[in-house]
Amino acid sequence: MSEDTPIRGHARIETSNFLMIVLILLVIAVGGLVEIVPLFFQRSTTEPAPGIKPYEALQLVGRDVYLREGCYNCHSQMIRPLHAETLRYGHYSTAGEFVYDHPFQWGSKRTGPDLHRVGGKYSDEWHRLHLEGPRDLVPESNMPAYTWLSRTAVDPASVPPRLKAMQRLGVPYSDAEVAASAEAVKGKTEMDAVVAYLQSLGTHVK
Amino acid sequence: MVERTQPGASVHYADGPVRGFALAAVVWGVVGMLVGVIIAAQLTFPDMTYGIPWLSYGRLRPLHTNAVIFAFGGCALMATSLHVVQRTCQVPLFAPKLASFVFWGWQAVIVAAAVSLPLGYTQGKEYAELEWPIDLLIAVVWVAYAIVFFGTIGVRKVRHIYVANWFFGAFIIAVALLHIVNSAAMPVSLTKSYSAYAGVQDAMVQWWYGHNAVGFFLTAGFLGMMYYYIPKQAERPVYSYRLSIVHFWALIFTYMWAGPHHLHYTALPDWAQSVGMIFSLVLLAPSWGGMINGVMTLSGAWHKLRDDPILKFLIVALSFYGMSTFEGPMMSIKTVNSLSHYTDWTIGHVHSGALGWVGFISMGSLYYLIPRMFGQTKMFSTRAIELHFWIATLGVVLYIAAMWIAGVMQGLMWRALNADGTLVYTFVESVKATWPFYFIRLCGGLLYLGGMGVMAWNVVMTVRSGQAKPALIPRLATA
Repeated sequence: MSEDTPIRGHARIETSNFLMIVLILLVIAVGGLVEIVPLFFQRSTTEPAPGIKPYEALQLVGRDVYLREGCYNCHSQMIRPLHAETLRYGHYSTAGEFVYDHPFQWGSKRTGPDLHRVGGKYSDEWHRLHLEGPRDLVPESNMPAYTWLSRTAVDPASVPPRLKAMQRLGVPYSDAEVAASAEAVKGKTEMDAVVAYLQSLGTHVK
Repeated sequence: MVERTQPGASVHYADGPVRGFALAAVVWGVVGMLVGVIIAAQLTFPDMTYGIPWLSYGRLRPLHTNAVIFAFGGCALMATSLHVVQRTCQVPLFAPKLASFVFWGWQAVIVAAAVSLPLGYTQGKEYAELEWPIDLLIAVVWVAYAIVFFGTIGVRKVRHIYVANWFFGAFIIAVALLHIVNSAAMPVSLTKSYSAYAGVQDAMVQWWYGHNAVGFFLTAGFLGMMYYYIPKQAERPVYSYRLSIVHFWALIFTYMWAGPHHLHYTALPDWAQSVGMIFSLVLLAPSWGGMINGVMTLSGAWHKLRDDPILKFLIVALSFYGMSTFEGPMMSIKTVNSLSHYTDWTIGHVHSGALGWVGFISMGSLYYLIPRMFGQTKMFSTRAIELHFWIATLGVVLYIAAMWIAGVMQGLMWRALNADGTLVYTFVESVKATWPFYFIRLCGGLLYLGGMGVMAWNVVMTVRSGQAKPALIPRLATA
């Protein structure tokens, strides 16, 4: 390498591997630090909304089925404070309603409708029939049929570790609730679980 | 002259991993796009895979996104970055054995994804679905990749680090940071975990990650490709050195702020939404800086576009890049976003970037790279490249036009009110109205996949008629 030409300006950076790496790291760190860190200290985003409780064991299992089947690919759980939206789906969603949602399931696409306040809108039986064969109830729907859920039993032994992991993440489950969670899902199918989850969605805000 | 014959100094480039990644990119491109066509067909004909859990839409859609981004895009990025860094530093790869590990490790990640996603193992966050053991493997492979890449720059024989390497370098560092922060999770078992964050924080971390998967994986890395292969193929120097400096630092700084535009009008606090929108608008400038620098590199060589289909791929890629990076800031304006969000407009936007920009720049670069990796200067068939170009272009246009129309239509139907203040349409009426557009999109996707099939055939013929010869490192007069 010839070192006789003086190094000035940007050449100082682009002739140094070390400077390049460090400066890139510094430059890209700023945005995330400013936008993410304050959220952990903003009360409106960390405090549960009135009436919000951690998911019951069966609901949590249903939520895991919801995740596994990738429902979030087509359904949002986030009602925006826009007139047509609250008319269609109900009260807009607030930050405090999601404090126990690991992970969040707001979604990014509505190939199907929003589900944040679907709880209580239809009967359990409607949900069962609809999940089993969506076009039997809604002929124009393009939702897949989930025929395997009612044939699959929930394994009770798999449930306490899930609540335990949530507890470690700060979700206020008592040890008694963790211990009782296996019993709570005994004899239930994945269909029962996912319907229980759907029926719990958004119900505490009227 | 003398320094080349130092004991132990290699005189050949280490191109093994480059060859592997280049061929893997073509294979995974076909696979990932095929899965895309399958899920597009499922939205049109929902009972196509009736009753088969591992072929249901909700499990295959993450497979599609992961395969095209991380398998096709990732292999193309690794092939080109490891090729470019050697050529522009005039040295063989630092730690070539570690580079082989990067290749096999990355293929292991891809196979693990292809098995685990259809089985329903997921963390439930878009583009970050892979479960925690695979996430750990990704982290290890990525660190090895960074060591190989920056190690090669560290032992370079050229004083200045070439601009393409700035972009590849930023892509490698940023993706490491994003992946580690966003994938933080509490394991329940080997195949199940819960995100370490909840609700609003999880959403913000996810879209900081998600938007910068676009910004760094799908943009900065591919700009690295652009800065080497366009000047090479056009045989012209990069248009402006100063522009490349300004738009590089502006781009990597600004992208990291733009995530909240995915969360407009949600429960994310307003201040974060506003900050995200402002930086998203600013992002137009550095994005177009890159496009202008690439397109203007062709000054005085525009006639080459007439009969060089590789250059067509590269330049049309930049046109789509310019379009998408205009559309993106526009969609980040809150009032526009209130219409476009949750609709197929977003899908159209993503694919004008993914098919038009990422796909085309990769294909053009691979058409330059693959023959040279197998002792030749040209692909087996130039006419096949020409054919690929035209059917792929037609495919993209059908795809994005269908999704734009569908998206705007859905947005308008969802907000339409009767004179008495009630909603005009039920949700399912918008689903029904979208059907023809889903069908057109499927046709567009089929064309694009067909183009990829033509490419695969051309690559096989090229590899069969050539052989992998070690390439000599040229001796610079003033090295």
